[in-house]
Amino acid sequence: MEIASAILLLIGALAMLVGGIGILRMPDLFTRLHAVGITDTLGAAAILLGLAFIAGWGLLLVKLFLILAVLLLLNPTASHALGRAAVHGARRPWLSAPK
Amino acid sequence: MKRALSLFLLLFAFWLLLSGHYDFWLIGLGLISSASAVFLARRMGIVDAEGLPLDLVPGLLRYAPWLFGTVIRANFDVARRILHPRLPITPMVIRVPAEQRTAPGRVSYANSITLTPGTISLEVSDDEIEVHALSVDAAEDLQSGEMGRRVVALEAH
Repeated sequence: MEIASAILLLIGALAMLVGGIGILRMPDLFTRLHAVGITDTLGAAAILLGLAFIAGWGLLLVKLFLILAVLLLLNPTASHALGRAAVHGARRPWLSAPK
Repeated sequence: MKRALSLFLLLFAFWLLLSGHYDFWLIGLGLISSASAVFLARRMGIVDAEGLPLDLVPGLLRYAPWLFGTVIRANFDVARRILHPRLPITPMVIRVPAEQRTAPGRVSYANSITLTPGTISLEVSDDEIEVHALSVDAAEDLQSGEMGRRVVALEAH
């Protein structure tokens, strides 16, 4: 249990790190949102699951899964709101090649 | 009325899970709070198929595992692109048809697209979604329409 938890926490931490590196390397707001997606999904999910493994059976476990469910609904909503606001603010996406 | 009752039961179950104290006084407070919340929600007219999309739940149980797998795969693809020395991204804006019949269905589709790293829904209209894709692969994956079909099936239940 503890080993599974440690592995998941490590995966989560690495995913968060990769997301952070992505935010620094990407050229514009829209591509940065994709990098944030890694932190949001794999990062948050792996860390919460890792905690669930050592939480034991009880209300704490239920609460961890509730947090995960809320995050999986909230994060895309926030990303979408940011992207949509940027489009409405006439921010042109950085595009690699003309289509 | 059935929907209001389900909302009440859900809210009360939520209260019980979060509180963890099961004496008369706190359960009574939970009952009163849930009832007032349902009363206010009904007055605001938000207890409908959009505010409480219970019809989606059975389909969601079948859809969630597939979405989970897709999101994990997309995560590794985007992570590879981020860590690649040459940053092999080809950002593009595409439009995909949204064939869902109901608003909760379209929202589920748009949310699934954004949840998957590599694609972000920018604008949702009645019959299509504008998507920013990080790479050609991510765009093509989405344009294959598999996710869209699965969300349509989720509505039909």
